[in-house]
Amino acid sequence: MRNPRRTEKIAFFFLFLATLLIVIPVGLIVVIIIQKGLPAINWQFLSDMPRQGMRSGGIFPAIVGTIYLVLGAIIFALPIGLLAAIYLSEYSKDNFLTRIIKLAIVNLAGVPSVVYGLFGLALFVVFFKFGASILSGALTLGIMILPIIITASREALESVPDSFREVSLSLGASKWQTIRHIVLPNAIPGILTGTILGLGRAAGETAPILFTVAAFYLPRLPKSIFDQVMALPYHLYVISTQVPNVDEKIRYGTALVLLALVLFMNLIAIIIRYQFRKRKKW
Amino acid sequence: MRKFKEFIVEKLILICGLFCILVVVLIFIFLLKEGLTLFKTVPLSHFLFGKNWYPISEPAQFGILPLILGSLLVTVGAAIISIPIGVGCAIYIAEVAPLKTKEILKAGIELLAAIPSVVLGFIGMITLVPWIKTIFKLPTGLTALSGSIMLAFMAMPTIVSIAEDALYSVPKSYKEGALALGATRWQTIWRVELSAASSGILAAVMLGIGRVIGETMAVMMITGNSAVIPTSILEPVRTLTATIAAEMGEAVVGSEHYFALFAIGIVLFLISFAINVTADMFLHKK
Repeated sequence: MRNPRRTEKIAFFFLFLATLLIVIPVGLIVVIIIQKGLPAINWQFLSDMPRQGMRSGGIFPAIVGTIYLVLGAIIFALPIGLLAAIYLSEYSKDNFLTRIIKLAIVNLAGVPSVVYGLFGLALFVVFFKFGASILSGALTLGIMILPIIITASREALESVPDSFREVSLSLGASKWQTIRHIVLPNAIPGILTGTILGLGRAAGETAPILFTVAAFYLPRLPKSIFDQVMALPYHLYVISTQVPNVDEKIRYGTALVLLALVLFMNLIAIIIRYQFRKRKKW
Repeated sequence: MRKFKEFIVEKLILICGLFCILVVVLIFIFLLKEGLTLFKTVPLSHFLFGKNWYPISEPAQFGILPLILGSLLVTVGAAIISIPIGVGCAIYIAEVAPLKTKEILKAGIELLAAIPSVVLGFIGMITLVPWIKTIFKLPTGLTALSGSIMLAFMAMPTIVSIAEDALYSVPKSYKEGALALGATRWQTIWRVELSAASSGILAAVMLGIGRVIGETMAVMMITGNSAVIPTSILEPVRTLTATIAAEMGEAVVGSEHYFALFAIGIVLFLISFAINVTADMFLHKK
């Protein structure tokens, strides 16, 4: 212990070990799912209806359902989230109201996903009488990803240097013109990154859609936004815990499709951020 | 005309800002509206400290003590695993790793954060649960311990990224001062940087724990779902979140059971509210 160099070596070894303890299992999870799921993936699995109580056939309606839900969530959350972020970064003063709004966002980010599910059930399904439907599910997911979009957009807006705004204002542009033509275009990569991360989160969450939209087994496509749909994460839950004797290949295949979808979105977000950092002019 | 347009836009933007407050208030009101109805028939003390959760027997009993203890057990287990590993990894990324490795590790951590909980639950069911069963020679591997291990992996990305931010934002001059006085890198990290970043690291740990308490799907899939007061970490337990997720599908809208599940939602909302507000205070302590 008296030799500080040796202590340092030992300490750094343990830090490295801690890092390995995270990295190796993550790598293993991804590798196992890819390795065991890949044999299940073929065109029929992706484009066919589930058959025989989900024990064979494909996962097409679940994929479609997830896409509908994610798109619905983003249509609702992006405009509101972006405008709220503009308010916080461009208009708000450092006062009580602003602090409350910030606190509300922090809280929204921390509310457990199953509580969002309860909220969606009470407000959209029962109170507004939307029933268990795409509309209820998408709105619930939209509210859940709101804090992600706001936080990312706000960071992006705030990282645009003040000199940009000052030049625009001094040329006679109004505040909104400055935001619209100067600040927003420069913040778009950041906003896009946040939006895609929100999409990924919405695609993977199960608890908020449990009682607001997800159908156990519905081998047809929805006709309107008031229909129930199947969704990938719930489908994975159902075939791995609720239905006995499902072929393992189908479970791994479903897990792989879900994982690939979510990781693909995250990858795009990472690439956009990386490109943007490289090109940054200020 | 331009002034008028400006005015409308400004108001619209303000409304969207206010919408965030509205949502939080609405969530709380709707949880209260449905949840408080339970207490017309079940006294609060029976709900919080009742030892039996038999929602569909006659007469039904709605004591959530076993669920609270289940959540607590799983959370404490996950915290014990994830805090040392998470903070260690954050220090490694922030201070020790070379630049290239650092970028790769950060991407890896983001990857872990992105994996949906139902996928982690699925992997846990198929790999971890059988291992636990064989290693400890148990009748079932669906135990609190399995839940803790899996949840630790959900807490770690939060802990690592926020703690890494906190370490990164320690002023360079502190580090340089310590190194100039002849301290080794480890002494600098241990004595100077960790204490300078302590409030941020504390916030990281709290937010990680908050994520664990609120986690639903993975827990429901691998902790065995038995609503009894746990006596050991190797027994099946059921958490607050899993109870809502597992039972809401069968509860009839407007029944006592339905209201009881909302009352659990209130408990969860209050816990997460307390954790987030405290963590936020630590994060913005200057």
